[in-house]
Amino acid sequence: MTLALTSPVMVASGCGGTGRELAAYGALADLGGFVTRSITIAPRAGGPAPRILETPSGLVHAVGLQNPGIDQFLALELPWLLQEGARVFVSVVGRSLGEYGELARRLGRTPGIAGVEVNLSAPDVEDGSVFDAREPFHAASVVAAVHRDLPRGTPVLAKLRTDVLRVAEVARAVLDAGADAVVVGNALPAAMPDGRPAGLSGPATGPLALRCLTEVVAAAPGATVVASGGIATVDDVRSALRNGATAVQVGTALLHDPTTAHRLHAGIGEDEA
Amino acid sequence: MSAPAPERTPLHVTGELLASRRIGAHHHLTLVAPGIAERFRPGTFVALDTGPERLARRAFWIHKVKTTGGYGATLELVVEARGAGTEWLVSQPAGTRLAVTGPLGRAFSLPRETVPCLLVGEGYAAAPLFPLAERLRERDCAVSLLVAGEDEAHLLSALEARRSARSVTVVTRDGTVGQRGSVADVVDEVLQRSGAAVVYAAGSTPTLHAVAQAAERAGAWSQVALEQPLTCATGLCGGCPVPVVGESGSARLVRACADGPVLRGDRVLWDQLAGAS
Ligand SMILES: Cc1cc2nc3c(=O)[nH]c(=O)nc-3n(C[C@H](O)[C@H](O)[C@H](O)COP(=O)(O)OP(=O)(O)OC[C@H]3O[C@@H](n4cnc5c(N)ncnc54)[C@H](O)[C@@H]3O)c2cc1C
Ligand code: FES
Repeated sequence: MTLALTSPVMVASGCGGTGRELAAYGALADLGGFVTRSITIAPRAGGPAPRILETPSGLVHAVGLQNPGIDQFLALELPWLLQEGARVFVSVVGRSLGEYGELARRLGRTPGIAGVEVNLSAPDVEDGSVFDAREPFHAASVVAAVHRDLPRGTPVLAKLRTDVLRVAEVARAVLDAGADAVVVGNALPAAMPDGRPAGLSGPATGPLALRCLTEVVAAAPGATVVASGGIATVDDVRSALRNGATAVQVGTALLHDPTTAHRLHAGIGEDEA
Repeated sequence: MSAPAPERTPLHVTGELLASRRIGAHHHLTLVAPGIAERFRPGTFVALDTGPERLARRAFWIHKVKTTGGYGATLELVVEARGAGTEWLVSQPAGTRLAVTGPLGRAFSLPRETVPCLLVGEGYAAAPLFPLAERLRERDCAVSLLVAGEDEAHLLSALEARRSARSVTVVTRDGTVGQRGSVADVVDEVLQRSGAAVVYAAGSTPTLHAVAQAAERAGAWSQVALEQPLTCATGLCGGCPVPVVGESGSARLVRACADGPVLRGDRVLWDQLAGAS
């Protein structure tokens, strides 16, 4: 199954707010997709402040999956996004296979979504409150659980950690388990100065994400691969597409300039014209 | 909830620095940023790019909006250089082009009735209170002002303050001008004297906390303009949590940038807020 995106530029999970904020800077319908922040079954308050620190070439973040929970999300956020014409990919994260299945069943009863992105790595919450899926077998079980409980035809994207040594292996495992696409590029495991687990995102992660992309493309020819990590310029998008990506996700760059995704969409459009 | 009116939505534009003047401990920057000045309301701010090395944005209160001949409306900011981003900013020559996003955040809300108001500003953060004072005066509200700073160099123009307010109280830490002390030392008394029904404040978190408590003691409303570290300043990242008591009485987190920066002082859970003491 292909993702049939109208633009190769998507908004990465956790960097587009609820969508309303971003919509002030450009129509969400213009973009290839809007990935929501990761949604859990129960609301999560998130971690204590400070949550984000600036480092020389990346942001270190420990937001802790703050989100309103699936019920509130479905009631308040999703209808608005759909009404705006956004192609919504709902990012989900669970504590157990059972929770992933439950999230998939809830989303499966919800018309209008473009797909589900399974967050297989949340480096800022390594406290047992989410399922740790860094092993290929675990990642594949999560994807299988989500895939099984979604109606046929709802694309499943598996978002993998950029672990150069294992990413190809994990990619093959999740594709076998029913993922329609893999997203290569999650925050790298990092730490806040006080030692709290955190993620590192931004320019620093670009070359690493690109290496992971090439590993996955080589290991899984023909698979749909979405590149994420360090995408900030039209050249970054071209480079990802040239190296076998079908689409890209823009994250940290949006925090610096909220018009980034729309600019890249327009810039890539010119390539085709 | 419906989409905000288009004239209320922020813009992201390339602005140009027209002038940068040093006044006391601050730099007064004048920027052209098409469309932003027209949407300004007191209490809103802009987020600026501060050079290629810094990923997070830097927030600054909009101090003044002026209509000048050749440029349309310009924005004035008051910047105290005290870290990498602000130092970069104040060292830029006129003509520098900068990415500017704004106006961001929720503005101070104006009272429905004609009531006396007290405005409390500390250091550069007194900046948004001057345009607020003007709006309040247009509504015939009696405006009292309490301006505070480290020393004389960190006070925003006392002269200008006297033009925009009925009474002005000045406090400095070192006593070089006005009374020696801090906002917390004098706020109860100034509040009493002004008879204010609404207190507006901008400054450091401990100062805002002191103002909110004084307002509660005096039975007045308070609106405080918070400064929390903002990464995106646009509501996208979730990096600026402020614990508040919601309408229903239960605690929740709001975003300092998009749900604030102006919040009701009696709603903020000060003890749980970063940098509160
Ligand atoms: C709504 C709002 C309005 C502001 N208005 C003004 C203004 O009018 N004039 C002015 O001089 N300053 C203002 N500030 C503070 C200004 O944004 C900070 O001084 C600035 O972020 C510090 O940047 P720096 O690069 O100089 O310091 P650094 O120490 O290099 O900053 C490093 C990091 O810490 C954060 N940070 C440091 N101090 C603060 C602070 N006080 N508040 C928020 N984040 C901080 C920055 O976001 C940055 O990511 C405002 C802040 C907010 C939130
Ligand atoms: S600073 Fe990003 S949400 Fe407030």
